[in-house]
Amino acid sequence: MFTPDRKHHSLKNRFGKRTTLLQSLAVFGLLSASPVMAADGPGLGKPIDEAQLQGWDLIVQPDGTGLPEGSGTGAQGQAVYEQKCAACHGMQGEGMPGVPALAGGSLTTTPPLMTVGSYWPHASTIYDYVRRAMPPLAPKSLSNTEVYQVTAYVLQLNGIVERDFVLDSTSLPKVKMPNSGNFIDRSQVQQ
Amino acid sequence: MQKNNKSEPVRNEERIALLSDQVAGNGLISRRHLLGFSLAGAGGLLASSALAADAGALTRPAWSMAPGRDPSEYGNPSSFAAQIKRLAPAPNTISPGTGASRSPLHLLQGTITPNSLHFERHHAGVPNIDPAQHRFVLHGMVRQPLEFSYEDLLAYPMVSRVYFLECSGNSGANSSGAAAADNSAGGIHGLLSCAEWTGVRLSTLLDEAGVAPGASWITATGADAASLGRSVPLDKALRDVIIALYQNGEPIRPEQGYPMRLFVPGWEGNVSVKWLTQIKVTDGPANFRDETSRYTELLPDGKALQFTYPMGVKSVITSPSGQMTLTRRGLHEVTGVAWSGSGSIRRVEISADGGRTWADAHIDADQRELALTRFRLPWLWEGAEAVLQSRATDSAGNVQPARAAWVAQYSPANRFHYNGIQSWAVSAQGEVKNVYA
Repeated sequence: MFTPDRKHHSLKNRFGKRTTLLQSLAVFGLLSASPVMAADGPGLGKPIDEAQLQGWDLIVQPDGTGLPEGSGTGAQGQAVYEQKCAACHGMQGEGMPGVPALAGGSLTTTPPLMTVGSYWPHASTIYDYVRRAMPPLAPKSLSNTEVYQVTAYVLQLNGIVERDFVLDSTSLPKVKMPNSGNFIDRSQVQQ
Repeated sequence: MQKNNKSEPVRNEERIALLSDQVAGNGLISRRHLLGFSLAGAGGLLASSALAADAGALTRPAWSMAPGRDPSEYGNPSSFAAQIKRLAPAPNTISPGTGASRSPLHLLQGTITPNSLHFERHHAGVPNIDPAQHRFVLHGMVRQPLEFSYEDLLAYPMVSRVYFLECSGNSGANSSGAAAADNSAGGIHGLLSCAEWTGVRLSTLLDEAGVAPGASWITATGADAASLGRSVPLDKALRDVIIALYQNGEPIRPEQGYPMRLFVPGWEGNVSVKWLTQIKVTDGPANFRDETSRYTELLPDGKALQFTYPMGVKSVITSPSGQMTLTRRGLHEVTGVAWSGSGSIRRVEISADGGRTWADAHIDADQRELALTRFRLPWLWEGAEAVLQSRATDSAGNVQPARAAWVAQYSPANRFHYNGIQSWAVSAQGEVKNVYA
């Protein structure tokens, strides 16, 4: 459906005929209207700059897109973790009933134990999730630096990085998660 | 009203007439038979016990003798139907607001779930959002990032469609529990609802912002405390995804994402991000926590399926169902709902003998795609033990699997995308129980 190299975005008009945006505007006599107006909507979106979304857009992708400035080590993260996370997730990330374990585990034991170390495919997800959703009573209260520190500590608890490994926007996407090769992408199987 | 009729079996000539139209073992009857039954005959069959139980003269009830209450601003169910509620758990003390309530499927009929009974699943509670302060931002790989208010979106052309919504973890207790737990149809399968959703096509807004070359996904987040995020391939986003603003004709409920939610038809419920505040167009999935750590399916060999989106073809008998008791022998209607994330429902079969023999249930022609289908079939229960099952087939040819076949595909830890056949055992005393069969 989507053609990446198409210059004018294509859409279906009310007769089901595929036309370009410019053609649709011409058909409806709207060429003098705002150029961002789509033919099938009133075009009420207000332009906004990506710069205005700094600090608001929290999405971090596996390639590191969205990671902020700053850095942290597991050594620094231990204190933050023990103060903000350990009450529920345990001192060693062992979890408790109703709270996921973060460290250790295996996918082939009975029952399997799915943790950051044994299961999660990307280190970016730790940063993304901790920053947007943790701790449950005060989400988004950790600074970007604290999130780097806690992420490093969770990786350290799993033996994935050393205690003084510096996690930042360059090093985090390169962290190899033990289970990263074991996910089968079903996104194109949509039936 | 109707009294227990265990001591009065169906009259023999009626029984013979019914069983002559048996379509599968253990008493499943062709619906054609009932439709062709004379009114007097059917009435006699169904009402004989009531007539026998109460031969006194009818009296006029109090509510026929004095005016009732005034019209009201926002209606409520009858006080006599007040037991029809969502099945909600005790509050989560560790992670406040996290959890689910289930639709009481076994207490409902038809195919539309009332808004107050639509299931809920939250990851950090229900925010109380002032629509005047809510912002929806569409950005990333677009020609022009845009910001929309709730008021803005209300002015856009809308579409209305009836769609089911099912949590990926629905029915999970039956997938992984060592023994079948004693529970009701709603308690097991109630992370399923169906409503008419009205909103703005996402393609309209993506057109307005102008999708940039190379974009292939959208990543969406909500304004709740968890800022829950999910990724959706761009082709689906352009095909039929809407930003829903209305649910069964009224503004969507807070627990469904007021003032706006993404609605991704047919796909696991978690991708229909509630309290939608951000769509970032990207060249790949974000791999959020809820599409890596959760909502992925672990296989026996330790590998896992990721981005399993459409919900599998599935059905469940809602009556008779778990924790009900049949209080009379005779004719009953077996009924339930069927649905598929890959199209419409083409066929539902019912068995009363644990899958040995099957009969086609009645469904209306021209079933909607990606919505609930109601099925029905008459059943003559004469007090024998029975195991009721239903098996759905969708328009893509997918057939609902037996429980054992489903379980064999996955690690025992996996509770997502369970769509195995439900078995309800009926005892000689008429008690209906969840069983594995």
